[in-house]
Amino acid sequence: MSDAKTVLELRNVDKSFGPIDVLHSIDLSVRAGEVLCLLGDNGAGKSTLIKTMAGVHAPTRGEILMDDKPINFTGPKAAQEAGIACVHQFGGTFPLMSISRSFFAGVEPTKGWGPFKVFDRKKANDIAVHEVRNFGITRIEDGDRLVGGLSGGERQSLAIARAVYFGARVLILDEPTAALGVKQSAHVLRIVNEAKRRGLAVIFITHQVMHALAVGDHFAVLIRGSIAADFKKGEKTREEIADLMAGGESMADLEAKVGIEA
Amino acid sequence: MSDTIQIAKNSKPKASRLSVGELMRSPAMGAFVGMVLVFCIFAAFGFHKNFLSLAGIANWMNFASMIGIVAIPVGFLMIAGELDISVGAIMPASAMTLGILCGPYELPLGLGMLITFAMAAGIGWINGILVTRTQVPSFIVTLATLFAVGGLTLTLSVIFVNRPQVAYEAPELAKALLGDRYFGFRASVFWWILLSAALYFVLHKSPWGNWIFAVGGDAESARNAGIPVNRLKISLFVLSALCTAFAGMLQVAAFNSAQSATNFPLIFNTIIACVVGGVLLTGGFGTLIGIFFGTMTLGVVQQGIGYTDIDRNLSQLIIGVMLLAAVLMNGTFQKLATSWSTSKKED
Repeated sequence: MSDAKTVLELRNVDKSFGPIDVLHSIDLSVRAGEVLCLLGDNGAGKSTLIKTMAGVHAPTRGEILMDDKPINFTGPKAAQEAGIACVHQFGGTFPLMSISRSFFAGVEPTKGWGPFKVFDRKKANDIAVHEVRNFGITRIEDGDRLVGGLSGGERQSLAIARAVYFGARVLILDEPTAALGVKQSAHVLRIVNEAKRRGLAVIFITHQVMHALAVGDHFAVLIRGSIAADFKKGEKTREEIADLMAGGESMADLEAKVGIEA
Repeated sequence: MSDTIQIAKNSKPKASRLSVGELMRSPAMGAFVGMVLVFCIFAAFGFHKNFLSLAGIANWMNFASMIGIVAIPVGFLMIAGELDISVGAIMPASAMTLGILCGPYELPLGLGMLITFAMAAGIGWINGILVTRTQVPSFIVTLATLFAVGGLTLTLSVIFVNRPQVAYEAPELAKALLGDRYFGFRASVFWWILLSAALYFVLHKSPWGNWIFAVGGDAESARNAGIPVNRLKISLFVLSALCTAFAGMLQVAAFNSAQSATNFPLIFNTIIACVVGGVLLTGGFGTLIGIFFGTMTLGVVQQGIGYTDIDRNLSQLIIGVMLLAAVLMNGTFQKLATSWSTSKKED
């Protein structure tokens, strides 16, 4: 694992909006075939960090490196073209469109010529179904089915399969399991492992420690805009991580407090 | 009905394009069933009053065609998550522009049409720019342009021809192509069918159609997928204005005159036609065939009612009930469409 190449690296990145500092000297790196779990409570700056990596915000100070070369994204589109794909909870899928049309939205395969180019439904269906099934969603066999008929986990998987098919090298998953039940979450975690197996660098954002521990190789805990801890798999227990996320306050203390009030 | 669905579920999903299941879950199905239902009821009440005669059918088809030509691009905008009610002012504005330019000012018809189209495209462009730049809901933006354009049309009409209407007789060839009747059907009916075919291709076959659905489904995701959301919306507003201008020209050619009063019923009629046709008001869903049937249904109820025993005053009540029924049914048909063929469980 250690000889894998670092794909994306943040060096000393600060981000402030006017007088408000959101991120302070963030150092992070993620390698190909590795899952970096970014943990943090609400308001810790996770979203800003994601948006900075995805080209939505430019860092105020510090630099972002891709393949060891400094880069400057002009916008989310530029980041996408460089191979950074961001998948939000239900992002990238359209409930009332068919699976294949959703899969190819914006980059439709066509046949025919000139102004009479038509959407190549058969080709789109074949590719979309094949790609999604490769990620283990065997229930899908008809590309004409509407995305709205899929479960939350399947939709997430569809979005991930789409990002991978269109050449993503860094996959940023923004709380993919937050709105899902246990079984669906397991489904998504399986997809994350599959993406890792294919050599993608995965950045998995979550506040569910169990989900992070299930797939993560490398963990970073974000508290009030700074990296409070950065450790490898097996270096910390679940309780220690939960304590860290709660801002250093021990979970046991917290439980005790809640207990008194209740 | 549930039996049919059961059969469709058990057959392989890769069945031919025209399988029962395919038809049943087609979003245009609701609009079609509604149309057939309304038609049958009206035919029963109007059999002896020539509802089914060619003249009877032509009567409401002529009426529907003027709505239909506008309803299709308005439906496109609705699928993309926007509304356009400025069509009510663009139609008389275009009719007056053409009438004034080619009537009292004696410009050749071709040039007059070109200028009218350019004027309409300008209004559509302004609508699009305002909606995409300001984030003000398109309902408000087009409501503003509706009144602005309506007021301007009246004012300019009085300035140029001293009257709020103008008479203009199109040359023979243009009249034959745009205004004459054939077997009772006005030219606008044929233009409506032609336009429907062309725009069917755009919405359901070309990649642009996919963009329209994606933008209406989730604009943010569409933008992330690389779809030029703003440019697409502006184009759709221009398309809507152009089609409306064309309908206005057809009106001038048919009736040899143009009126400058804002056409308020057109606004409601186009929206009703789309909703009855299964277009989702919140965007992301709809079919051209549905809009077509929705417009026909509206034509039957509003105009065809004159050929039946049903009291004419009831037409508005029927439309109200129909609209409600359509909205409720659309939900059911969507559920049917999304849940179809999810029976196979492997994990």
